[in-house]
Amino acid sequence: MKLSDILEESVIAIGANKVRSGLTVLGIVIGIASVIALTAIGQGSQASITSAIESAGSNLLTVSPGASSSGGVRGAYGGAKTLLLTDAEAISELSLVKAIAPQVTGRYQVIATAGNSNANVIATTAAYETVRNVTMSGGTFITDSDTSSYSKVAVLGSTIATDLFGDPAAGGTDPIGQTIRIKSTKFTIVGVTAAKGGFGPDNADNAIYVPLSTGMRFLAGETTYLSTLSITAVDQKSMDQLQTDITDLLLTRHKISDSTSADFRVMNQADLASTMTSTSRTLTLLLAAIAGISLLVGGIGIMNMMLTTVTERTREIGLRKAIGAKRRDISIQFLVEAVIMTFLSGIIGVVVGWLASMGINHFGGLNSVITVQWVVIAFGLSALIGIVFGFYPARRASGLNPIQALRYE
Amino acid sequence: MKASADETTRERDMPTVNEAPSSGHMIECRDLTKVYLSGDQETHALCGVSLTIDPGEYVAIMGPSGSGKSTLMHILGALDNPTSGEYYFEGQEISEFSDDELADMRRLRIGFVFQQFNLLPRATVLRNVVLPLVYSGIPRGEREEKAEAALRKAGLEESHWTHLSNQLSGGQIQRVAIARALINDPALILADEPTGNLDTKTGDIILETFNELNDKGHTIVLITHESAVAERARRTIRIMDGLIVSDQRNGHHRAAAVAAPAPVDAAAPAETAAAAGETEVVS
Ligand SMILES: Nc1ncnc2c1ncn2[C@@H]1O[C@H](COP(=O)(O)OP(=O)(O)OP(=O)(O)O)[C@@H](O)[C@H]1O
Ligand SMILES: [Mg+2]
Repeated sequence: MKLSDILEESVIAIGANKVRSGLTVLGIVIGIASVIALTAIGQGSQASITSAIESAGSNLLTVSPGASSSGGVRGAYGGAKTLLLTDAEAISELSLVKAIAPQVTGRYQVIATAGNSNANVIATTAAYETVRNVTMSGGTFITDSDTSSYSKVAVLGSTIATDLFGDPAAGGTDPIGQTIRIKSTKFTIVGVTAAKGGFGPDNADNAIYVPLSTGMRFLAGETTYLSTLSITAVDQKSMDQLQTDITDLLLTRHKISDSTSADFRVMNQADLASTMTSTSRTLTLLLAAIAGISLLVGGIGIMNMMLTTVTERTREIGLRKAIGAKRRDISIQFLVEAVIMTFLSGIIGVVVGWLASMGINHFGGLNSVITVQWVVIAFGLSALIGIVFGFYPARRASGLNPIQALRYE
Repeated sequence: MKASADETTRERDMPTVNEAPSSGHMIECRDLTKVYLSGDQETHALCGVSLTIDPGEYVAIMGPSGSGKSTLMHILGALDNPTSGEYYFEGQEISEFSDDELADMRRLRIGFVFQQFNLLPRATVLRNVVLPLVYSGIPRGEREEKAEAALRKAGLEESHWTHLSNQLSGGQIQRVAIARALINDPALILADEPTGNLDTKTGDIILETFNELNDKGHTIVLITHESAVAERARRTIRIMDGLIVSDQRNGHHRAAAVAAPAPVDAAAPAETAAAAGETEVVS
């Protein structure tokens, strides 16, 4: 039998029973599409968590005042007054430190000509820009000379900039050069940061940055205490060592001998990242499990279709044998049929799954990333199911003699 | 499995190797039995049938319903296996054939018309008819020509050729089934009540086709309930309860069918071979 005839015979057979073929295709399509869409959501959320962590700054360590997590009941962390500017200067001497940005943070009422808002004001130095990976959409960040000259300048986060001055794309004023009032002090806006994305009130897009010296004197009320220290290590692999070095240095400086009663906390970004990614990996696996169930259900649907038509198809096989088809002719035809069906539905399934995850991206506001690995798994499994259950009964039936096959119930 | 070289040899020249009688019979059966088992119940459809049919014969098989005619035809057409007994087709014992050799034999040597006309549903008339050629790997153009010729011989109007087989009447289906049986120009045509669903006029077209084929040397075996149809054949075998009860040569030329003499009761099954031998002399 010629290849073109085998293909023609298979296509005729598929077309001859549109309902059966349609349902089989539908089963595989649903299975594959749901695996692809669901794993894409999982992978997407994993990717957005990773990128959110990375956008906070790379090789980042933060030092916060207050009790360490293992220190039992103490004053609320973050509110304690234990970190001094001199501590920051001492840390900056450490060899593994690449850059350091001390911060004093507070929430204040902010008034602009167009509107007002309540914002997180971060008083910091020029180093903050590189340490926390800030990119500017306009103007400049705070400079070293701003800090040394107590300049009353401010840089706005992208969200707060639109909140106060309107969206420049939609007729709002350009904030640069405008003035705002924070706690009755006038600041001139010198820059606006690019949007970073993120959640919650501490979202970087919602912050206002002022020079450290200015913030300490006019906003925090002549304070000498810091809220946070952001430190960049020279490279990824020295982060753990630097964490230890900082802890030792601060313990000595604060004259604390027992590390469990430390009055500060050093956090490593890598720890945070690994906790977050393992959480989102669990999420991905959960979604994959749900998708796997739908693939299984789809697969059972295919099996069901194939097995319920075995009677009809056995008669067909009997007829083909009666007019002189060889066992091999029949096996090949059914195999080709199963392959055509599963590949057709596999392709439709991949397209539908892809469209679905695009839709989720676009309308659902969830990040989704299609991974080749899951596409291959979904495709492979359904192809296997389709081929095994389309081909195996046919192969068995082709071993019967024609009359047995024609009489099959 | 046998080598394909063997296969070709077999197709060209007739029996040589087998222990079968090398008399040049097309069909030779000895003591064929067929027992169907359904649950605990045994049905003896054939209880020891022996017969020989020579190349070029035209045989009608008659008998009451349930007497085992179809069962015998299926065995002769290599579609089913007997429970016991021997069947030599063109001198070769069928039970020694491999599955592929049986397929070749069904496709190339035998044209079978089923009692229940088994067509592929939802496939066109033409596709159904060319199917045996498709399995032979015959080129498309040649296939079409042969199919059209076969459909004409079977008397199906051209307007129906592109219909789907489930859009046809019983008589039309029957003609498609006959066309399919004729397409490979087989040496042996086995037809199980081929005119059962047809009016006399269309029935006559088909019987005329059979006559022409027989004149060209094709061997024809058909089952019928109508003696008018049986009389066109040159020999009539009667079956009852799975046994041959008479095997009679229609001692006339079929042109004179209407004025046929009274049937002569033929010998018992064991003597069938001898009776068949005489057939040659008569025709
Ligand atoms: N697959 C089967 N299983 C069990 N019994 C069967 C089977 N096929 C046929 N029979 C029995 O074998 C006997 C012979 O059947 P067969 O079909 O050969 O009859 P027939 O002579 O062709 O009858 P008709 O003229 O009605 O076609 C019947 O009694 C029938 O019931
Ligand atoms: Mg019958």
